[in-house]
Amino acid sequence: MATETRPLLSRVADSLYWMARYMERAENVARLLEVNLHLQLDLPLDGNQWQPVIDTCGEAPLFRKLYGEATQESVIAFLAQDRDYSNSITSCLFAARENARSVRETISSETWEHVNGIYLKVLKQYAQPAEDLSPEVFRDLRLAGHMFQGITDATMSHNEAWHFVRLGRQMERADKTSRLLDVKYFMLLPSASGVGTPYDDLLWSAVLKSASGFEMYRQSRGKISPREVVGFLVADPDFPRSIRHSIARAADSLDVIREGAVCDSVRLLGELRQELDEMDVGQMINSGLHEFLDNLQLRLNTVSAGLQRDFFALRPQTQTQTQTQPVGGE
Amino acid sequence: MLFEAYQTDSFHDEMFNADGSVRPEASLLLETLQSLEEGHLQRSQRAAERMLLQMGITFNVYGEAAGTERIFPFDLIPRIVPAAEWERIERGLKQRIRALNFFIDDIYHDQKILKDKVIPEEVIRSAASYRPQVHGINPPGGVWCHITGTDLIRHGDGELYVLEDNLRVPSGVSYVLENRDLMKRTFPEVFEGLRVRPVDDYPSNLLDTLESLAPPHRGEKPVVVLLTPGMYNSAYFEHTFLAQKMGIPLVQGSDLIVEDGFVWMQTTKGPCKVDVIYRRIDDDFLDPDVFRADSLLGVRGIVAVYRRGNVTLANAPGNGVADDKVIYSYVPDMIRYYEGEDAIIPNVPTFLCWRDADRQHVLQNLDKLVVKAANESGGYGMLVGPHSTKAEQDDFADRIRENPRNYIAQPTLALSRVPTLIGDKLEGRHVDLRPYVLYGKNLQVLPGGLTRVALRKGSLVVNSSQGGGSKDTWVLAGGVNGH
Repeated sequence: MATETRPLLSRVADSLYWMARYMERAENVARLLEVNLHLQLDLPLDGNQWQPVIDTCGEAPLFRKLYGEATQESVIAFLAQDRDYSNSITSCLFAARENARSVRETISSETWEHVNGIYLKVLKQYAQPAEDLSPEVFRDLRLAGHMFQGITDATMSHNEAWHFVRLGRQMERADKTSRLLDVKYFMLLPSASGVGTPYDDLLWSAVLKSASGFEMYRQSRGKISPREVVGFLVADPDFPRSIRHSIARAADSLDVIREGAVCDSVRLLGELRQELDEMDVGQMINSGLHEFLDNLQLRLNTVSAGLQRDFFALRPQTQTQTQTQPVGGE
Repeated sequence: MLFEAYQTDSFHDEMFNADGSVRPEASLLLETLQSLEEGHLQRSQRAAERMLLQMGITFNVYGEAAGTERIFPFDLIPRIVPAAEWERIERGLKQRIRALNFFIDDIYHDQKILKDKVIPEEVIRSAASYRPQVHGINPPGGVWCHITGTDLIRHGDGELYVLEDNLRVPSGVSYVLENRDLMKRTFPEVFEGLRVRPVDDYPSNLLDTLESLAPPHRGEKPVVVLLTPGMYNSAYFEHTFLAQKMGIPLVQGSDLIVEDGFVWMQTTKGPCKVDVIYRRIDDDFLDPDVFRADSLLGVRGIVAVYRRGNVTLANAPGNGVADDKVIYSYVPDMIRYYEGEDAIIPNVPTFLCWRDADRQHVLQNLDKLVVKAANESGGYGMLVGPHSTKAEQDDFADRIRENPRNYIAQPTLALSRVPTLIGDKLEGRHVDLRPYVLYGKNLQVLPGGLTRVALRKGSLVVNSSQGGGSKDTWVLAGGVNGH
């Protein structure tokens, strides 16, 4: 093969992709917990908002079995600290670090040291009981996630390896934003269509904050309304955590990676991008937001499986990383 | 005061003469250390340890849970080698490696040295690391040991001796580079006024060496990869480090396939031909077709491709025959046989247990000698007589009687010492020195090496798996400070 660029091993591409997904996943869980801790302070005493957090993660049955009632302590113990739950913050960081460790020669030293440092720090911080965990640790982790993106952008050449990192991050982001919306929308809808309680604004603001989108929403859409929030998080072309923006950036990276070759993952992601670009949000909500989001998650999983076939599993016997979460919503 | 209670205890100290005066090459360092404010050294030491953890410079310990990582303890007080002494070490190592290479090539071709009865044939045939499978192979340039790490020690008589040759997959060079880096970051003031020879160009030289080994007609930029057994290997950090510094892919056995007489790696764009493999997998696990059939780490068929000259393996499989500790005792004879010279750096006197007289002597003096298994490394399979219990000695006596060929014994050496930070003050600790030699178109010795230090008081075992740490090694440039 006569190319100028250094070839990228399939195994390495796989690990880069999952390193980024796990970092993003850990950051998202941290943000969800952080926002909810703040929200708790503003709600009346009977307004327990912890079950919805579990629902957002699509883990209600497992959680009920292991922990029973959703309280602040039990949810944090599960989502932040439980090493046996594969999508907890500590598990995600462990997996991100193991993936980073296996591709240390490809990522920059700065990237590795950051991932390693966060893992070691969180391991120490999260060793204490859930009730002693300060909200600061979630804020720290959110910032660490932002730094991860900054470090990869600033210290790695924007070559094929970097594009796999970005692809992983964007795929995870699209998935997480869709989950957040799916759960919150239906939980909040009854009160939103009613007269409106003083908490409506608060709860919808929390949804936006869970996607780090409150300020940017205000700038582009102004007043809080459920439809506008959905439009913003699904189809805003510029907001970096909107589904449309995430899919578009993922598709950009995949276009660079494939270098003109035609394969399933490229086709599927291209179709998705086009649909989102052309979507009428009002019509989509009328014909069923839940159906749309459910379908979206299924298609994201199909793309992920396509990536496996098209890029990661080119070797004869490959162990695939099956790190998807259950498609939730029902 | 750091040096207040410092004693050389009748050992050779690398920093002080027997009368307690400082050696000339270390006088500037001593001045700097004495001018440090209280607690400064300790703070720098802790900063260095934190940095090691943050940088993930760790090794895995076998026998502990998979993925258990530890930092390789690092001590901030460097070991200094004056220019004139280094010049001799360099000549001695080149002479030795050249002879070992002649020997390996000879063993896998005409075996002249056996026919001329310089080494008994029996010794070769019984060497666990002898690989008849590679007979007749002609590696590019006739070089079999491209990367070597030779262990040197200084005895109480002040002389340097070769303790061991490590030809197979020597490790540790990454620590040489990282230790220097760490020193510069945490303790820059100690470099002042000294001309310490840099070690940073090792990865470039290693890459040049590897590229020079490519099969002919592979173009300007051959594809060089580093083959690792994977993340749970004890030297995984080093594998990633070297691959990263050379900018080459780090591959595992499962990333490579043999097809159409070539070796290919599986990339996102399909298969890509590989020209040179710096393999950090032992011979045994390299190719299930040729060596151990149950190996999952290697690549099936790779040795056949190598034999045909379509890929180069570095180091060359089979070169470990010269690592055998019985064969070690013949290296001075090899140097005389192939090069017509006396060894510049002598061997440690060695008793070979398969010789009846030697064995009798060893069995009667187990409490005084160091006994080693002929084909082990890493400090495993070893008895340090004076520090052993009667039960351990009896165990080794049984093992020696059972398989005398597999054991050698050497006098317990009074390894030289270097001041080392223990708690709040400096104490002497025993060290060895492993310099690294590259052999491609010519021989190059890295000016420095890994100084390993036995951190436990009185201990003579410097291996990382047995409580050893390391120090930066300063080879001084010739001229004002070098002598």
